[in-house]
Amino acid sequence: MNLTLKIWRQKDSKTKGQMVDYKVTDISEHMSFLEMMDVLNEQLINAGEEPVAFDHDCREGICGMCSMYINGEAHGPDRGVTTCQLHMRMFKDGDTITIEPFRAKAFPVIKDLVVDRSSFDRIQHAGGYISVNTSGNTQDANATPISKHDADEAMDAATCIGCGACVATCKNSSAMLFVGAKVSQYALLPQGQVEATDRVKNMVAQMDLEGFGNCSNTGACEIECPKGISLENIARMNRELLKATFKS
Amino acid sequence: MSVLDSKVPKGPLKNKWTDYKNHIDLVNPANKRNIDVIVVGTGLAGGSACATLAELGYNVKAFAYQDSPRRAHSIAAQGGINAAKNYQGDGDSTYRLFYDTVKGGDYRSREANVYRLAEVSANIIDQCVAQGVPFARDYGGLLDNRSFGGVLVSRTFYAKGQTGQQLLLGAYSAMNRQIARGKIEMHNRHEMLDVVKVDGKARGIIARNLITGEIERHSAHAVVIASGGYGNVFFLSTNAMGSNVSAGWKIHKKGAFFANPCYTQIHPTCIPRSGDYQSKLTLMSESLRNDGRIWVPKNMEDVMAIREGRKKPTDLSEDERDYYLERRYPAFGNLVPRDVASRAAKERCDAGYGVNATGEAVYLDFASAITRYGTEQAKIQNIKNASEAKIYELGQAIVEAKYGNLFQMYEKIVDENPYKTPMMIYPAVHYTMGGVWVDYNLMTTVPGLYCIGEANFSDHGANRLGASALMQGLADGYFVLPYTIGDYLSDDIRTGKISTDSPEFIEAEKEAKERLEFFVTNKGEHSVDYYHKKLGKIMWDKCGMSRNEKGLKEAMAEIKALREDFWKNVSVPGGMNEMNPELEKAGRVADFIELGELFAKDALTREESCGGHFREESVELDGEQKGEAKRNDKDFAFVSAWEYKGEPADAVLHKEELEFNDIELKQRSYK
Repeated sequence: MNLTLKIWRQKDSKTKGQMVDYKVTDISEHMSFLEMMDVLNEQLINAGEEPVAFDHDCREGICGMCSMYINGEAHGPDRGVTTCQLHMRMFKDGDTITIEPFRAKAFPVIKDLVVDRSSFDRIQHAGGYISVNTSGNTQDANATPISKHDADEAMDAATCIGCGACVATCKNSSAMLFVGAKVSQYALLPQGQVEATDRVKNMVAQMDLEGFGNCSNTGACEIECPKGISLENIARMNRELLKATFKS
Repeated sequence: MSVLDSKVPKGPLKNKWTDYKNHIDLVNPANKRNIDVIVVGTGLAGGSACATLAELGYNVKAFAYQDSPRRAHSIAAQGGINAAKNYQGDGDSTYRLFYDTVKGGDYRSREANVYRLAEVSANIIDQCVAQGVPFARDYGGLLDNRSFGGVLVSRTFYAKGQTGQQLLLGAYSAMNRQIARGKIEMHNRHEMLDVVKVDGKARGIIARNLITGEIERHSAHAVVIASGGYGNVFFLSTNAMGSNVSAGWKIHKKGAFFANPCYTQIHPTCIPRSGDYQSKLTLMSESLRNDGRIWVPKNMEDVMAIREGRKKPTDLSEDERDYYLERRYPAFGNLVPRDVASRAAKERCDAGYGVNATGEAVYLDFASAITRYGTEQAKIQNIKNASEAKIYELGQAIVEAKYGNLFQMYEKIVDENPYKTPMMIYPAVHYTMGGVWVDYNLMTTVPGLYCIGEANFSDHGANRLGASALMQGLADGYFVLPYTIGDYLSDDIRTGKISTDSPEFIEAEKEAKERLEFFVTNKGEHSVDYYHKKLGKIMWDKCGMSRNEKGLKEAMAEIKALREDFWKNVSVPGGMNEMNPELEKAGRVADFIELGELFAKDALTREESCGGHFREESVELDGEQKGEAKRNDKDFAFVSAWEYKGEPADAVLHKEELEFNDIELKQRSYK
């Protein structure tokens, strides 16, 4: 198929960017979206132009590196996938596709479609861990049974890949789903109880400090999340935060 | 006497590690604060090493080319992690895990390292559970296990099909705790360009900030390379796009020997390639072989009918199918080790039985597992006379719970529903057992320079068993390196801060800069990918699943010619003082091309078949094992450690003879 691409080009974080039109031809429907971008870049390099910079790595939907806001949706039109898993069969010959970076105050653009998501890391530094030394002398893994239900729910929360689609898609650029997922994982497990109060308070405080917006319960994040992280995690985080506020 | 000293402690195998730990020199906590350690790579090995070293009190400087340690490619490991816990009571033990790993590696690994790995494996599970890693559990709340290829017990712990992700996020969380305490200085989006040696010891690195392009000097008392494997030398592999050999290759050029480069794992269950534009291959976890049965049609007419779309695989009755692994290896069936399963698939496809248009695909079928689970569920739920459809529905729910995300991934890529029609799979490059040579302390042949995880060569011999990579990465990082590095650093407590203004740093920075300058000023005709794809094709055709003398010699000549053309005609757009992904790729591909030539030389030198290295000249000619790989223990029971001498073809071979005192060398039989 033949396509017209409207892509956000921006030299670096200081320079003003703009949308630029490109044409690609003979795109196979079996290609992934990023393979289509490879074709464009090869074309640009051969023409002596600068290729489009975009983040990507594993290309199997787990590293969370790829981003892109495609036709107004984080990771494009398909559900439950990252951009690298989006296939060209979702588009048709003659389509015009708009490709922008993830946009949020806390995700400044570095170049073209590449954004800086280190604010996510800083939220994790504030409390996204259980304080246990790697001595090898921890208790036997089976010493504390954990109900399958809790373990499965913790696992569902833990599958977050930290891509930032929830933030990009939210009209408030809120990171509540991302933070809620981590808080939930530990809140559901007995190992996480000791530090639960401080964890939720510190992570939420850091989230606010980074400039993420608040949650107004529209649920767009849950729909766009490539891993299907549930809104329940936000509710659980709010409950944990309320508990923590009363405790201190 | 070889220049290689493996430094394996004396004494009985069982006591080596304990005795070693009891007798090494320690660094007191006050002195640890004055010692810096650089760790390059933050996957399972690097990330866990960073966390533990920082926790012990060292100042850690960590480097990753991704934007966060959480994105290292360990995250993509699906199936699980082995540990000799014997929770299932099926006779597992440290010795059995050790034995399976040495046998699985086709008797080409170092006994003492493997035993230590098996010993600490149980600690890993305890550690990860304490960190909040949500492993799968049974209804009693205890940890669940599954079985992997090449073993007869269930010792694999898992977190759905995302075990690597959960373990990496565990190590990442441990890192975060130390980053918050200021004990780890994290350098994201940075790539190591070279190692710096001062007075023969590794004392720092030159790194490039991938956002600004700035070249930086970083010093430390020791340097740890944990940069993963080099599977991308084949261009197409299951590795991440950025996975590269550069850190390993750069230290090789500075004196670290490179061991067994030809030991590559071709994984049997990957989604077949579909076209020339393809940028990477996707793995379907080996865990699928617990329940999936692999087959091709028995009759050539059916193969043709399927390829032409006249028949569907589900139209074929049981006796029209050739379950070739069950036929050839009745004892292990679909759970033979990866190298055996891959070669068997290639054998059927080479004979013309491949089931897709390219002729390079076999079926992985879940129908009988779904029926088996469905029947079981009907009994459990007390459903009398359940219809076939009901049984299928019940069984599908169980399969979905076990492998749901893998099935979804397959459907997204291939656009077929694997619950209704069998998956199509074909082998692909997945893991590299070879890597930088290290001794028992995980130190390379350069003092103060360590190498851990997939980047080193040590534990998997010529073939790695499933669910053992995660085990090795975490064992090295959490439990081995933190001890062994202390023994070395105990001599450095009076050294003080290492200056980055020494001539060695200045010279290394200058060389790195010159190379980058060359790339951005050389206005050649071809893109970096053009060369990478050409290299990949040579590697796959001549150094792939089966190799012979003629092909390997051709490969060496062709790669050398490709290297010469690359340095004349490569074209890299953009400048060096900015974010420039093409420039990053150019440096990596330049190193892959050199490694590729050494790879072919290593494969040519090893005139035997072992594990993932299959030489067509070395097969069993008769008897029950006819056609199977033939090892030659008399002449080749050694590690090939290559010393850099300028041209890859001029590399000098050093042999570390392998001794097996606790295991009898046998033909590896899975029949």
